[in-house]
Amino acid sequence: MRLSTLLDMAADGFGDRVLIGGRKAGITGAELARRSHAGAHALRERGAGSLVYLGVNGPAFPVALFAAARAGIPLVPLNFRLGEQQLAALLTKHPNALGVADPGARIHLERAGIPSITPQEWLETAASGCGRVEEPGDDGDGDGVAAVIYTSGTTSEPKGVLLRHSNLVSYVLGTVEFAAAGEEEAALVSVPPYHIAAVANVITNLFAGRRTVVIEGFTPTEWLRTVRDEAVTNAMVVPTMLARLVESDQDVSLPSLRSLSYGGAPMPGPVIEKALATWPEVGFVNAYGLTETSSTIALLGPEDHRRAQAATDPDGRARLRSAGRALPGVEIEIRDPEGNLLGPLQPGRVFVRGGQISAEYAGVGRALDAQGFFDTRDEGYLDAEGYLFLGGRTDDTIIRGAENVAPAEIEEVLLRHPQVQDAAVFGVTDREWGQRIEAAVVSRPGSPVDAGELRDFTRLTLRSSRTPDRFWFVEELPRTETGKLIRRRVADAVARANGADGVPV
Amino acid sequence: MILRPGLMLVSATDTTAVVVIRAPDGDTALSCGGVEMVASGAAVTAVPADPALQGGTVLGKRYADEGGRIQVLCTKQGKGTLALDGIPLQTQQAKPLPASD
Repeated sequence: MRLSTLLDMAADGFGDRVLIGGRKAGITGAELARRSHAGAHALRERGAGSLVYLGVNGPAFPVALFAAARAGIPLVPLNFRLGEQQLAALLTKHPNALGVADPGARIHLERAGIPSITPQEWLETAASGCGRVEEPGDDGDGDGVAAVIYTSGTTSEPKGVLLRHSNLVSYVLGTVEFAAAGEEEAALVSVPPYHIAAVANVITNLFAGRRTVVIEGFTPTEWLRTVRDEAVTNAMVVPTMLARLVESDQDVSLPSLRSLSYGGAPMPGPVIEKALATWPEVGFVNAYGLTETSSTIALLGPEDHRRAQAATDPDGRARLRSAGRALPGVEIEIRDPEGNLLGPLQPGRVFVRGGQISAEYAGVGRALDAQGFFDTRDEGYLDAEGYLFLGGRTDDTIIRGAENVAPAEIEEVLLRHPQVQDAAVFGVTDREWGQRIEAAVVSRPGSPVDAGELRDFTRLTLRSSRTPDRFWFVEELPRTETGKLIRRRVADAVARANGADGVPV
Repeated sequence: MILRPGLMLVSATDTTAVVVIRAPDGDTALSCGGVEMVASGAAVTAVPADPALQGGTVLGKRYADEGGRIQVLCTKQGKGTLALDGIPLQTQQAKPLPASD
């Protein structure tokens, strides 16, 4: 089954409903279906082999996704904030593309020899065209690539993840009921279009019959204003956005909001605790997933959040740090380095299996084991009731002496210190230990903290072998737009802040 | 026919189309209006439906058998009754997950 079938169902079932944009001027389901045919026709006429999308989120994005699907070519949303060289390198992989690009970004496509039009021109093309296109056949197995999403490249070079129609459809059918949303429901999307959550947002909300509204760039003012003006009922944010919202000194009352989901990076405990207290009526959802898994594979629902918030015992409270339980169509296994299956509460590497798992990289192939499982390269464990607890990326693990140390565990403790705004823990080559643990810390404005204080604070919770040997103070840590720490640049940030003498090696 | 998840089937008796979500093991017959459904894209010869099997399908509803061996999603509605090996399927009550996107 192809993505366009989801759109055709929406057009058949609730075609008059506005699904994209503002309630009055937005695009209905039937209109989106019509434009996807016209857009596909234009793509065919130009002989485009893919559709590169290089711009902010907006109504042009869902039209592009479905037009590319109908034309049988992949949509390739790229990060317009990437450096020129990095972008040029990615564009060489899509030589026969048509570009839909913001005016300021078209220069990149021009340099790569890729013809482009603006999102406005694209919308006009799709709105004025007519007719229907014949889609490639759907034989179920050899289904085509619907989207190529590049990983953020926080630990290595970005990799192009191939998401096939069957992966994305499997995700939708496994998580959403058709037409389940009330006519008044609206979802606010604040992630950029090159993030897997943006693609997932389009297709799940469409199938549910929920209107989506986008903001182009996140600021607390813009987000709060849009939720109120558009009577938004559902929203998805990344942790850095939630942190800025709960610390905002503006009016944060959001009477229309029912559900707030978050994901994309680890959530600091103090931030979610404050959010739960700020919006007692809102249902919070923690979603865990990867680009390679077509978005969410496990979630912690609203009741889990409130139960954990009310709990007085440590185990009950701990659930707030959990990524929740596997979705119905997804299996999660924890394995040791030799590949043996581990039991409850035994930490190891997280493996996952299900129809929505792509695990397929451009030029590499599918990274599944003999049983069909994908290695997420995340560390974690399951508790006795199947709640998943994550402990960071395998590739980030610091080996101090013979001990494996997860930076995320130490960062979580540091972020609980009231004077710490941000923290990153990293390994530095050490003659005695192989690696020693160091931390880069951003103090809250106007409330500096010293290394001795932080050392004492971490020792209250962690054993001394996991207490950072050295603390560095920096103005800012390198993070992606969605709040993920770019670990390979942390040492650079420290060096810059401390001069040549302070370069950790 | 051997069914598998993702397979799309159309009715030979009316407009009904479904996609298989959960497939039963082995060779089974999924029918609509009393006539076995065919894979989408294959040639279909229209045949009259069994007038006793006109329960109808609803767009977007899921249909399953009692044992939970099969689950299909209706992608185009029609007039016929869906049945697995002659036993009519029932609409399945959704257990919705909270929205995570």
